[in-house]
Parts: sequence; C-alpha cells; structure tokens
Amino acid sequence: MARAVTTRRKTINTALAWAIGLLIFFPILWTILTSFKTEGQAIADPPIFFFFDWTLENYAIVQERSNYMRFLWNSVIIAIGSTLLGVAIAIPAAWSMAFVPSKRTKDILLWMLSTKMLPAVGVLYPIYLIFIELGLLDSRAGLVIVLMLINLPIIVWMLYTYFKEIPGEILEAARMDGASLRSEILYVLTPMAIPGIASTVLLNVILAWNEAFWTLNLTAVNAAPLTAFIASYSSPEGLFYAKLSAASTMAIAPILILGWFSQKQLVRGLTFGAVK
Amino acid sequence: MATQHSRSAARAMMAPAVVLLLGWMLIPLGMTLYFSFKKYLPLRGGDLGWVGFENYERFVSSSAFWPSVQATLIIVGGVLAITVTLGILFALLLDQPMWGQGVVRILVIAPFFVMPTVSALVWKNMFMDPNNGLFAHLWRFFGADPVVWLTEAPLFSIVLIVSWQWLPFATLILLTAIQSLDGEQLEAAEMDGAPTIKRFWYIILPHLSRAITIVILIQTIFLLSIFAEIFVTTGGAFGTKTLTYLIYQRVLESQNVGLGSAGGVYAIILANIVAIFLMRIVGKNLDA
Amino acid sequence: MRLGLSVCLASTLALAAAPAMADTITIATVNNGDMIRMQGYTDEFTKQTGHDVEWVTLEENVLRQRVTTDITTKGGQFDIMTIGMYEAPIWGSNGWLVPLDDLSEEYDVDDILPAMAGGLSHDGTLYAAPFYGESSMIMYRTDLMEEAGLEMPDAPSWAFIAKAARAMTDRENDINGICLRGKAGWGEGGAFITAMANSFGARVFDEEWNAQLDSREWNDTLTFFVNMMEDSGPAGYATNGFNENLSLFQQGKCGMWIDATVAASFVTNPDDSTVADKVGFALAPDNGMGVRSNWLWAWALAIPAGTQKEDAAKQFIEWATSKDYIELVAANEGWANVPPGARTSLYENANYQEVPFAKMTLDSILSADPNNSTVDPTPYVGVQFAAIPEWAGFWTEVSQEFSAAYAGQQTVEEALEKAQAIVNDAVEAAGYR
Repeated sequence: MARAVTTRRKTINTALAWAIGLLIFFPILWTILTSFKTEGQAIADPPIFFFFDWTLENYAIVQERSNYMRFLWNSVIIAIGSTLLGVAIAIPAAWSMAFVPSKRTKDILLWMLSTKMLPAVGVLYPIYLIFIELGLLDSRAGLVIVLMLINLPIIVWMLYTYFKEIPGEILEAARMDGASLRSEILYVLTPMAIPGIASTVLLNVILAWNEAFWTLNLTAVNAAPLTAFIASYSSPEGLFYAKLSAASTMAIAPILILGWFSQKQLVRGLTFGAVK
Repeated sequence: MATQHSRSAARAMMAPAVVLLLGWMLIPLGMTLYFSFKKYLPLRGGDLGWVGFENYERFVSSSAFWPSVQATLIIVGGVLAITVTLGILFALLLDQPMWGQGVVRILVIAPFFVMPTVSALVWKNMFMDPNNGLFAHLWRFFGADPVVWLTEAPLFSIVLIVSWQWLPFATLILLTAIQSLDGEQLEAAEMDGAPTIKRFWYIILPHLSRAITIVILIQTIFLLSIFAEIFVTTGGAFGTKTLTYLIYQRVLESQNVGLGSAGGVYAIILANIVAIFLMRIVGKNLDA
Repeated sequence: MRLGLSVCLASTLALAAAPAMADTITIATVNNGDMIRMQGYTDEFTKQTGHDVEWVTLEENVLRQRVTTDITTKGGQFDIMTIGMYEAPIWGSNGWLVPLDDLSEEYDVDDILPAMAGGLSHDGTLYAAPFYGESSMIMYRTDLMEEAGLEMPDAPSWAFIAKAARAMTDRENDINGICLRGKAGWGEGGAFITAMANSFGARVFDEEWNAQLDSREWNDTLTFFVNMMEDSGPAGYATNGFNENLSLFQQGKCGMWIDATVAASFVTNPDDSTVADKVGFALAPDNGMGVRSNWLWAWALAIPAGTQKEDAAKQFIEWATSKDYIELVAANEGWANVPPGARTSLYENANYQEVPFAKMTLDSILSADPNNSTVDPTPYVGVQFAAIPEWAGFWTEVSQEFSAAYAGQQTVEEALEKAQAIVNDAVEAAGYR
C-alpha cells in the first residue's frame, strides 16, 4: 500500500465516508435520541435534534412495566449457550471436512446450508407438539437447542473455511511427533483457528440474539428473551415514539456494545472463505 | 495423505453435526409432509383425516399464490441488488486512506446488530409515518406532500428496510476481499494509465466475484425467510405478501395446518430451486 | 362505600386464609392501556390472596397467535388468557376453557352487562369474564363542528357525517374531517368496515353460507367509504388502525373519529390529549335502515382447561373483573379511567354518570346485538365478525384487499371481486358448502 495520496484526496475520502457512515447510522442515533425526549418532543415538527429537555422518564416507564433484566439475562444465556454448543459440535465436523475431504464434502456442506431454507412457520405446530412432549416449552434449554440447530450450518461453514486455510504440513508435522487426533485438534488446530472461531462465535451470538420467531413462539415467562420484550411495545396506545425508542434502545444496546467492542475480531474473520 | 484410519475418524467426527441436522431437517420435513396430506384444522378438533393432494391444489389455486412468489423474488432480488452494488461502492471507499476509518466502520456495521422487529418498528413509525415520520417532516420542509411510503411504494419500503439491515454484512465481506487484493497489480495497471473504470472492471471486480457469490448465497438464505419486517409494516397488505408470509397466514391466521404445510412444501421446493441455481454458481466459484 | 370495600377485603382475606396454597399464575395479556394499568395493581391481588402473578404482555396480533397455538395444542403455558368475544364462544364450545359457572356470590355474575355475557358464552355457559367491554361511537371536536356551522345530532346518519367531514376538513392547517381505520387485519379495518356495511344493509353470508361480497350493498359501502376518506381523511389512512388514529386525534388532527368507546377516556385525558376539553360524543351513524354501524367487543379473561392452578386463576379473574377492582382504580386514578363496559352497576353509579362519555358508551353497547346485526338474515352470530373459526383468516385477507383499494392500488370492484373469491374458497375448504 505504497500509493502516494494527496491530502486533498484523503480529505474528500474522509468527508464522503463519514457522511455515508452517519447516514447509515442515523436511524439508530435518532432512536437513541428520541428515547430521551418527551412524547411531545418526539413528534415535533421541525424535529429537535439535541436541544430538548433530556429525560429518563421513558426508561423508567418501560422498566416499571417489564422486568428488563430477566429478558436480558435470557437473551444472554440463549445466544451464548446456543453458539457455544453449536461451535462444540461444529469443530470436529469442520475439521474432518477441511482435512479429510471426500467427494461428497461440498455436497454435505451445501446441503447443511439448505436446511436453513425451511420456512419456520410451516413447522411451528410440529415443533410445538414435540416441545410439549419433551417438556421443553418455555425453557432456555429448548431454545438453546433450537437456535443451535438453526445456526449450525453457518457455524460449520465458517469454521470449515478457516480450517481450510491452515496449511496441512503443520498437521503432518504434529502427527509425526505422535500427536493423537484429539490433541491435534485441541493443541495444534484450535489455537491457530482462534481468530476464526472468535469471529464465528460473535456472528452467531448476533444471529441468535436477533432471532425472533422461535424465541417468541416457544416461550412464555421463564425463557422469554428481549425479542418477546419488544413485542409488548410494538403498538401501545396514543403517542409512543419516545417509549418505543426507549424499549428499542434497551433491546439493541447490549448487542450493539458487544459488537462495537469486538468489531475488529468480527470483521477480521467475516470472510466465509471469500478471500483466496 | 488420508489413511483409512483417518477417514473413519473423520466420518465419526462429522457424525454429530450431520445427524443433528438430518434430524432437524427430516423430522419437521416429515411432519410437514404428513400434515400436508391431512385436513388438519386445530380449531375444529385437529386431525380430520387424509385428503390426498387437496391442500396442494388449494394452495396453488388461491389468488394469493403467484403474487406471493413474485413478491418473494422481488424482495430477495431487490435487496441483493442494492446491498451488493452499494456494498461494493462502500467497500471501495472504505478501502481508501482516510481519517477515522475505524469509527466509520463502526457506524456502517451498526445496523447489522439491530433486531429485525426493532428496525421495522423504527423505520415504520419514526421515518415512514406520513404524519409524524421524519421523512414527512423533511418532505414538508421542502414544500412537498409527504409520501405515504407503505401504501405508495410498499415493496420498495420493505426492500429499503431490509437492505439497511444487510448492507453492513455485504460491505464488510467485500471490504475484506478488496483488502486482500494485490496492491502491486493495481499499481502496475495505474502506471500503464488504465482508467479507473477499466481497473475496476478488469481487476477489482473479477477479484471480488468469489466474495460476491458468497454474499449472495448467505443473504438469499436469510432473505427467503424474512418475516418480521412484513409483519410489522404492512401485515402482508399492498402486495407485500411473500410465500413465507402466506404460509404464516394459512397456518396461524386461518388455523389451517394442512394447507399451510402444503405451502411449506412449495416453499421448500422454491428454496431448493434457488439453492441449486446458487450452488451451481457458488460451487464453481468455491473451487476457483 | 368505604365500608363496602373493607367488608369485601375481609371476605377475600377469609377466603385466602382457608387453604392458603400460594401459587404463581401466568397470565397472557394484550398491551392495552387498561391491561397495563391492571398489571400495576397486581401487588394488591398478591397481598389479598398470596398468589404471585407472572405477566406475558404482547401486542394484539402476537398475543392471538401465541395463545391460539397454545390452546389448540394444549401446551399449558398460561393459567389465564386474555381473549376476545370472537374466541370465547368458539373455544368454549370445543371444551378448551374452564366454564365460569361457579363464581362466588359477592362477584355478582348477573351484574355483567347482558350483551357482554351473551357474547362470551356458549350455550348459556359463561367461558370468559369481561375485563372491559366496548362498542364504537363517534368522537368529534365540538369546536370544529361549531366552526363548520353544524350541530351533531345524538344519532347521525352517514350522509350527515360525510357532509360534516368535508366541512371540517382544513388541509392548510392539517385538519382532517374524519379519521377511520383502513389498516388491514380482521380486528382493525376489517372490523370497522364490516360494522359499517351492516348499516348499509350488507351482509357477509346469506343463509346458505354463500358469500355476498359481490352485492350492491357492499359496493355502496366501500365506495362511500373511499370517497369520504379521499375528500376528508388523513394521508395514508390505508395503514391507520386504532392506535394511529388515536394519536392523530390526540394531536388535534381529526375532526371526527368513529372508533372504540374505550378511546373516549384517552381523548379526554388532558395528560395525553391536546383536545381533551373539546370532545363530544354521538352514536355511530346509520343509513336509515334500522341498523347502526357500531360493533361489540370485550377483552375478557379465560382459564384454559387443564391448568393445575384453576383455583388461583379463578380468584384472579374474580378480583380483576370485580366491582372492587373498579373502585380501586376509581379511587386512585379517577372514575374516567376505570375499565368500562363490563358491569351494569358501573352505569348506575352516580359518580360514573358524571363522566361525559358514560351514557353514550352504554347506549352504544346496548344498541349492538350480535344475534341481529344485519338488515337481512344471516346464519352467523357476531356484529363485526362471524363467530366461526375461519373468520380471522379469511377476513384478514379480505381486509388486505380492501386496504389495497383504499391505497388506490385497485378499484373497489376489483377488491370486492377478489374478496368474494377468498370468502367462498375459505368456507368451501371448511366444509360449509
């Protein structure tokens, strides 16, 4: 990257990129701002940007109506639990696909992805009935399993692409030294794939956090995550922009913050093997 | 290199994931097929016996069927076109030297973290509302009549909302791909006096083809099943009823599980047509 | 009254003292204002009975899909479900709900308004206790009406409403003569237009379950509606439901609004409404054919059969729909904010009679008859719906076609033609014909 760049060009780039960045981010910024307004200010024309009476009233109302911490806790457990379980199951599978490929490897991989295309609502009744049988309704365990299954194809695929980039010679060498298959995976492969695994975990935590069909339909009280929390705010009576904004901010803030802090890891690994 | 031993070990390690997914696919699929041949009306006592292909006929003969296939394809196609095109442009821009690149990246990536329900609610109420939405304020400021987004441009509105959510994903993957591009090759081309457009067309775009196919593949999988964005904004009115939404209406609103299941089978067939189509392209690209 | 309260309190205490098994009951409810207020008073219930309450509060459409899935599969996730007049008789007849035929003496089940009790019963057995009941009526701006030089009769006709709407419309100042529901959904715009069609002499089915959407009466209804809304409705009315219109009215952007009687307390509440002191009320309009265009609805509490906590659930229902609960809310928030439309005694209460919309609400409720809602005879029960399991499905589809017509995407004729096919198709699939 030794291209000589004039300051002028850099300035133009910066201005343009910032403008686009702010434009894309604006709906979120606007939601956060609105959450601190009164309902009247929220719909004011012309819109008020910063100079309003900042208030925490909306957050107080939302918290009074629903126990935010419980929803949050469920979201955390379900998102992280399903992802970790999925990664644990996917690592061996991805390993064998990457290092002992057969003719069918690619077919299996693509078939796994195609299971994601099944329209969820079509199987709501069957799954609901199975869940009743197994006593899994409204349990975190049940949701962890379902979300793990939903995201497993993506996890396998991402890990597969990372593993493929690890040169086979290193494994050969480890094998020469007499490493067992287990220690080969645990001590040689996994450390090398850490950035890829981290990125896989992050992406799937996000996907699981935002999944809104099964998390809403298979829960009631004990396992209800933030997607259920937001479902009680979607059409309140009368003026509700500020309250809706507060609830929305509360629902997305944790994952937004996590995403920002770990965006380097996420971005570094987010290639799906696109870079070759 | 692979010995007989490692082959069987490999198979054993793949087994949990394959078995689980096979179960996850076959059990619901089997039950969907089973219900699709039944008259199954939960509100009328549940299972009312076998009906052959009646549900399949009824589902296709409904006036809502073909428009729903069309709406599905328009939404998926529209979002793909927007996210890939803008994604390439943003990725090219973000690849340029600038101040505060990290912060810009944080701003651009943010929509990807927002739940679909929340993003649909925010767009519908705070931006597209013809009375109090921000767009309406903006239009009035310039002396124009506010656009009633969800009725005057319903499909476009939904494509816009969904594109906003998926643009970060496309941009980031494409950005990583661009960053891996060999700088020397580009410089050489620049030295030769190749104009920007030519450089883009003959060097950058071919390099990105693999990343583009992957963006298309992954997004299609998710876009075929979008639901919250439609449920919250139009509720399936104004020609925005996708196949997924139509199945939802049959299963949950009409409480006709047999009919909905038949729709589910059609959706699987459509998804597989799209999948085979995609895999042809991706398969080729994955080997390249 | 104080005395009455404490006597009642003592009796509930005695009741709680008997087996004193503290349960935790789970209640699924809708996110309406009155329900949310009730959640705030849950502690009172816990104090009286020792039972804890877990709330699952969901938006109306999500709630419906959630509780319906659970009740049809006997999932047992909820001990009390909030359901409406549409679900109660259907579910009750399927044996999915616990009959509420052994409520206590103090509860005074005969005090429930007959229209409400009737709509929530099947074969004379009550399956759900109304938390609040509603009809629909006209809410209008007295100041704008006066400016237009008109006077609202107590029981206006559609012709007058259309004339007044045009006269009150002032596009310059962002005032729409009339705000009505156009939003797709059988409980949203679908409910409004069905009730309106009743007053135009239309019906959904003839006595042999043949769809009647291709009749002249339906065409008249939709054409009248579209013309009136084009001239004097708000922009984008095809996506406006109850909440959107409430918000518009509270902001002073509507001259008239015909909607649920419960909205009266929201539009007259000075905390939320900019026009609180300028609202008048009138009966929903008619067309001189003997049927008015108001509907009948109740949000009610029901117990799914098979719950382990039937006793605790019954105690909660008795508490939440009791006269005491009404007194409790009145004492804390004023009489205008009590859940309306459920009990006869409320309308005999001198304090409540002072509330400006009390009489009109009662008159509206009393003038709606689910068994006799149309000009011509029909095979179904219900005012703005037909109480058959398939209704929610096909009428949502029909209302989507109507909304597309409101948005100008198709003509009224095209919409009705499609609607006719949808309805016939659905009743055929269900085996009516």
